[in-house]
Amino acid sequence: MITALLLFWPALAALLVLLLKGQTARTVALVAALIEFAISLVAYTGFNTDSGMIQAGLSFPWVASAGISFTIGMDGISLLMVLLTTFLVPLIVLSSFKHEYKNANVFYALILFMQTGLIGVFVALDAFLFYFFWEMALIPVYFIAAIWGGARRIPVTFKFFVYTIFGSLFMLAAFVYLYLQTPGSHSSELTAFYNLDLSSESQSWIFWFLFIAFAIKMPVFPFHTWQPDTYTESPAQATMLLSGIMLKMGIYGVLRWLLPVVPLGVSQWTELVLVLSIIGIVYASIIAIRQRDLKRLIAYSSIAHVGLIAAGIFTLNEQGLQGGVIQMLSHGINVVGLFFIIDIIYSRTNTREITSLGGITQTTPALSIFFMILLLGSVALPLTNGFVGEFLLLSGVFQYNAWFGAAAGLTIILGAVYMLRMFQGVMFGPKSPETEVFADLTMSEKAVLIPLVIMVFWIGLFPNTFLSISEPAVGQLLNIINR
Amino acid sequence: MTSIILLSFFGVLNLFIGFANSRKILLPLALLFLAVVFGANLFSWNDTQSYFNNMLTIDNYAVAFTGIMVLTTILLIPFSQRYVDEGDENLAEFYSLLLFSLVGAVMMVSYENMLMLFVGIEILSIAMYVLAGSDKKSLRSNEAALKYFLMGAFFTGILLFGIVLIYGATGTFNITEIGAASAATDGVMSAMFLLGLLMVIIGISFKISAAPFHFWTPDVYEGSPTFFTSFMSTVVKTAGVAAFYKLMAAAFAAAYPTWFPTLIAITTLTLVVGNIGAVVQTSVKRMLAYSSISHAGYLLMALVAFNENSDSSILFYSLAYSTATVAAFGVLNMVKTQRGGEVYESFNGLGKTNPLLAFAMTVSMCSLAGIPLTAGFFAKFFVFAAVLQDANMVWLVVVAVVLAAVGIYYYFRVVIAMYMHPAENLERIEVGGFASFMLIFITVLTILLGIAPALVSDII
Repeated sequence: MITALLLFWPALAALLVLLLKGQTARTVALVAALIEFAISLVAYTGFNTDSGMIQAGLSFPWVASAGISFTIGMDGISLLMVLLTTFLVPLIVLSSFKHEYKNANVFYALILFMQTGLIGVFVALDAFLFYFFWEMALIPVYFIAAIWGGARRIPVTFKFFVYTIFGSLFMLAAFVYLYLQTPGSHSSELTAFYNLDLSSESQSWIFWFLFIAFAIKMPVFPFHTWQPDTYTESPAQATMLLSGIMLKMGIYGVLRWLLPVVPLGVSQWTELVLVLSIIGIVYASIIAIRQRDLKRLIAYSSIAHVGLIAAGIFTLNEQGLQGGVIQMLSHGINVVGLFFIIDIIYSRTNTREITSLGGITQTTPALSIFFMILLLGSVALPLTNGFVGEFLLLSGVFQYNAWFGAAAGLTIILGAVYMLRMFQGVMFGPKSPETEVFADLTMSEKAVLIPLVIMVFWIGLFPNTFLSISEPAVGQLLNIINR
Repeated sequence: MTSIILLSFFGVLNLFIGFANSRKILLPLALLFLAVVFGANLFSWNDTQSYFNNMLTIDNYAVAFTGIMVLTTILLIPFSQRYVDEGDENLAEFYSLLLFSLVGAVMMVSYENMLMLFVGIEILSIAMYVLAGSDKKSLRSNEAALKYFLMGAFFTGILLFGIVLIYGATGTFNITEIGAASAATDGVMSAMFLLGLLMVIIGISFKISAAPFHFWTPDVYEGSPTFFTSFMSTVVKTAGVAAFYKLMAAAFAAAYPTWFPTLIAITTLTLVVGNIGAVVQTSVKRMLAYSSISHAGYLLMALVAFNENSDSSILFYSLAYSTATVAAFGVLNMVKTQRGGEVYESFNGLGKTNPLLAFAMTVSMCSLAGIPLTAGFFAKFFVFAAVLQDANMVWLVVVAVVLAAVGIYYYFRVVIAMYMHPAENLERIEVGGFASFMLIFITVLTILLGIAPALVSDII
């Protein structure tokens, strides 16, 4: 029941928010998002972290003729993703408080609708239900980006929208095919898919049908071309939603619907996927070094980080998978924080060009510290959250192939180069005309950054809190893959 | 049978009521007539009867499709409000012709004899030829009517020739007997039979505007008054595809290996031509015309799958497609009349001036594009599922999937225009009471079918 509550509460709240106006709408949206976070904590306390099985499940037939059931539930991986979502959404709502968006009620309602879609993706255990929520998460964020975005928003977000739907339609076709392969009166439930006995040839093409959908969402090189433009043109909140949470849908999809469903197909293509991911890491890092726009820089850094996560989970060993899960959390926290800081800088100076900025540290001790911590988390300094994930991921890749590991390890060096270069250009040096007057953080800005920074250290210092939640589920996943 | 009688009777009655001076009652009256027909039709459910020495058989298939077509007509009638407002003197005739046209459509889904198929198509078409040219002072409308008539007559000739050849080969017009006769040949069919089959396929493909027999569609759809275009692209198409499937299933099931390659080629071509053609249009009306070609392609996919799920897939797809198309043409009609244009830019800022119109249009565009939570998603889903039962046809689904993504591109251009481009003249478009109600009804229906498709998908 708690899962259903988690799923539908944001949508109900969204309907309420839609009826309100301006200030009230955003306050109610914030309260609703906090309530959702509280619900997820209740779900966490009721969760048995020693078990890798599905918990808090709920299932009833939905479209009986098409074999579609409404089956939801959570294992450790789902729970972590749900917690990440419910943790970040209130912060994202709060981060918007310094903007005065037109039609604010629609804006916040769309964010909450999207949250239902996101939670749905993470708890759906029926292929078609998963597909439903997968699209349901996309449509609100498309409208947020396309209505409240920057100057070039319309063509850019349109490309993003058509591109991702193009990918998901292949996923749908693969699901329909798998569904028709299930014995008896067909079923589209996850467990039915796990029990399929498919030939290696059909697994091979199904792999690509599913992988394209997930790879576009993540995005993995060479399916990433929509991402930098979309992140740049979207309003800050949409960028945070896209990079912080939506990107994880792709990785989660791989873990839940690709690796265990077509293990033979995966083993045929692992090498290629790893090569693509590693190319993505190096390529995106090098491009990030050359970026002058802050948002684009972080967008490319995000491609590099996701490339490493993809490489790690496709090695199919425990380190890689566990690293992937924890790095999803870390990346979500860091990237949301960094995009928020860029939004703060942009709203005070009206520029995101590194060359037009500088000397911000002189007047802003608080901002500088928060920025530094999030940045160090992002470059994987020990004791921060990024370190745990990247260490596990890299050791996973090394186990698979030392050369791949060495190439993927470049991410740490290159990451430090572009991140520190950015920090230097923006925060140090002489003041520029744009940064002449630069106020330090306000209370509401601190309220967003403090929880994020706490999480940076929490994951960095006590990763076991989180690793132990996903460990049984990852073990279970490996059992299914290696059966 | 009652629906045919009632429709004919109401059609004539409507003509006489037209003599009276009160035009205001014509629209509600037409709705009432159709509602009565819709209700009467349901009484034939699970009560299969054949009439006139097996000329017509009213079975559940016929009842279901009749229901959909009558419902579609009910949904689109309110969008003729403009004719009421302008005091068009031919309003009664328009409604009567629509009712007569429906008689033909009903015959096309309940025929048992090839001659009745022919008569049904003719009854349907002749009314449509007249309605296509009903805007007498418009050159485009005249051109549309003439084009439609000449091409239609030509292809009807081919269809009739095909029917005659099949009669020559099997000695019967009855589709069940033709099926038995062709099954008895053990796959070796006479040239006369095959030629007849090909001609019948071509004749019907023209009616549902399948490529490469689609050339008339964009011009005729664009030239005809929008209100009648919406009827053409929904009811006529539904009737055509339903008749097509009935014919193939009853008469030519044994010849499946023979016609399968032809039809799969037509299907693929239709999907490609419809979707690619729609991309390059600047006029929303022409875009919808090409989109109707592409949907003929998806409907044909269900037909070529040719298994036990085909009929219900076609039924559901027709319903989803018809409801969304009626709303799209309805909104287009109002935009055209009051803003003067039917290009994408005419929709600019509609989200601000007319939230209801914009929302209804968005939902129907999503439905046509096949986005989840709308009826169109399950429509495509059922079609793909029917096709994928044969693993050799995965490629067709791949083609359809790629083209469906193309479809999202042109459908969402309308949505983008409505919500993201500011309007130059922020004038509200006046919407009649009936039309508003119907738009809300269609939107709710589209979403309802997107959440609970089993309401319709299981009935046949």
